[in-house]
Amino acid sequence: MSHPTSTTNKTLAHPLNAWYVAGWDYELTRKPLARTIANRPLALFRTEDGRPVALADACWHRLAPLSMGKTLGRDEIQCPYHGITYNSAGRCTSMPAQETINPSATVPSFPIVDRYRFAWVWLGDPEKADPALIPDMHQMSSPEWAGDGETIYAPCNYQLVLDNLMDLTHEEFVHASSIGQEELSASDFKVTHDDRTVTVARWMFDIEAPPFWLKNMRDKFPGFEGRVDRWQIIHFEAPSTIRIDVGVAKAGTGAADGDRSQGVNGYVMNTISPETDKTCHYFWAFMRNYCLDSQLITTQLRNGVHGVFGEDEAMLKAQQEAIDANPDYEFYSLNIDAGGMWVRRLIERMLEAEGRLAATQEPQPARVGA
Amino acid sequence: MAANSSTVWQRGRVVELRDVARDIRRVVIEPESPVRAAPGTHVDIAVVVNGEQDVRSYSVVESDDDGTRLALSVFRTPTSRGGSVFMHGLGEGAEVELTQPLQNFPLRVGAARYIILAGGIGVTAVLGMARVLARLGADYRFVYAGRSREAMAYLDELIDEHGDRIEVHVDAEGTPLDVPSLVGGLGRDTELYMCGPIRLMDAVRRAWQDFGLDLPNLRYETFGNSGWFDPEEFVVRIPRLGLETVVPKDRSMLEALEAAGADPMFDCRKGECGLCEVEVLELTGDIDHRDVFYSQRQQEASAKMCCCVSRVVTPAATGSRERKPVISIELS
Ligand code: FES
Ligand code: FES
Ligand SMILES: [Fe+2]
Repeated sequence: MSHPTSTTNKTLAHPLNAWYVAGWDYELTRKPLARTIANRPLALFRTEDGRPVALADACWHRLAPLSMGKTLGRDEIQCPYHGITYNSAGRCTSMPAQETINPSATVPSFPIVDRYRFAWVWLGDPEKADPALIPDMHQMSSPEWAGDGETIYAPCNYQLVLDNLMDLTHEEFVHASSIGQEELSASDFKVTHDDRTVTVARWMFDIEAPPFWLKNMRDKFPGFEGRVDRWQIIHFEAPSTIRIDVGVAKAGTGAADGDRSQGVNGYVMNTISPETDKTCHYFWAFMRNYCLDSQLITTQLRNGVHGVFGEDEAMLKAQQEAIDANPDYEFYSLNIDAGGMWVRRLIERMLEAEGRLAATQEPQPARVGA
Repeated sequence: MAANSSTVWQRGRVVELRDVARDIRRVVIEPESPVRAAPGTHVDIAVVVNGEQDVRSYSVVESDDDGTRLALSVFRTPTSRGGSVFMHGLGEGAEVELTQPLQNFPLRVGAARYIILAGGIGVTAVLGMARVLARLGADYRFVYAGRSREAMAYLDELIDEHGDRIEVHVDAEGTPLDVPSLVGGLGRDTELYMCGPIRLMDAVRRAWQDFGLDLPNLRYETFGNSGWFDPEEFVVRIPRLGLETVVPKDRSMLEALEAAGADPMFDCRKGECGLCEVEVLELTGDIDHRDVFYSQRQQEASAKMCCCVSRVVTPAATGSRERKPVISIELS
């Protein structure tokens, strides 16, 4: 096929052969939870011994949602309508009013794995569901890091969130009051990639610390005053996980050369699970590697980022609404989109490998003025 | 399974024919709208039997990754209901109507241990599963039983492919499969996938229950066309409607009742759902229960039967075939 022309699609499809977060580990309990991931409604729960289970949320019989049912026994769930029970593999274990079980009676059961405080589900070809492909989010559960996060229900195509996170130039405008500063859009950045990852690195030297970072510096170095070197290193891993290595250190103390001891370091952990083509579940956390046992700082940081991300959420919602309200206008790109465009290209290649690219290509109207 | 059981018909072209065992022909079809065929899937094919349109199901034995070539293997039974005669009559380049792959027999990835059990032509339904398990490095055994080597499709290839994981049983060589010893040695975490003649599947089901294994771990595909006895012609009567008709060897009782103008209920037409149940009022003969809907106790009682697959036969003891067996029924 010719070079794909769908890189700037306003609505990007999601690969199916991928692990997506279905929920925080604590959200899956003995009481079934209904959640749609990648256009597939799921009934999520745990077995008696705590294993996560993801079944299609539609009974084999008449498609009643299993998530409205209850869990039973060691690993079963009972349909709320006529009482068929299924085990965690999705196999029927009893049928009402008959002595046998119809051998065809199953509901799809999807591979699901607990890792990094999340439950990850695989909705594509089960033969390819290798847990080694779960994106690296090890800061979430490492003893060297502390922090917490939340979930944003974002009313936009998941790719818009990835675009947002891959280009932090928007901080100057969207987050002017917290982390934004002029030097962000003025400073140079470097984009590198391989076939699963994209990295965008930006360093700002000898600058004023913005309010958010000044507070963090003072948590570690009480009474800190003065200028800092600041970094933002965005690590994307396909299809939709982005960790942003962020921090500041006392100016000129060698942070860029690897000595971060005179600074504070955080990881903004983001992983986006498409819900439908125009909605997504956006799971995030802020992890730090200093003052590990301060629950106060954990709460302050979570609340602080909550406020910052609330600004993104409002922008993403407005952007999706504008996209929908202007179906005849297309996206154009800026130089600052390089990171996001590489993400889009890696995702396109995954879709192509799944034979799903053609189906997702929008007709390409001639661009106005082009 | 709920997620992908919708039926999409399309055209396809026969591109390759090869005999792979005595009376078994491999038929490769290139469908017009290919989709990947997962292991355990089958296609329905529109066949012509005695000049009438009908539908038969065949397992997808092999398919390439994107489903552009679907290989089936068709056994020409001596007692065929006619579909296999049609399929064996196809030439290269012939056009057929077929469905996209349908899934009633999915392989679950992730079980601790597997047994893949094939009896005779049943190998077509499970061969792809064994291949996937081999590729995934799963812990599996492939047990393949047949009457004689000449009648066992793909035998040499499978021995090459599965090495010491395959276990071959051949009646003609005095190495038949001993079902209780196979099932008796299995742990609770083993899933068994099987396809084969009803005697084999029934023996496994009984052993499975006797050894107290979990029924949901016993997986099988039944197209409802294999019975305990060869099909015979028999007479069916519905006294309330004053209706009487003959069920020919190559038709089901359900089809015969429909043709005679009765209005029987049905859904699966393969002995699973129990909707075609009829009540037995009178019987001269035995019932050849071919369904998996009734329990053994219910089948032995023979007060009811699934008319989509089960038949009436002359009791083996009498041996007299001069008078056709007769059954009187009431529809439910
Ligand atoms: S819809 Fe679930 S048992 Fe009927
Ligand atoms: S129609 Fe389903 S068992 Fe006969
Ligand atoms: Fe932002």
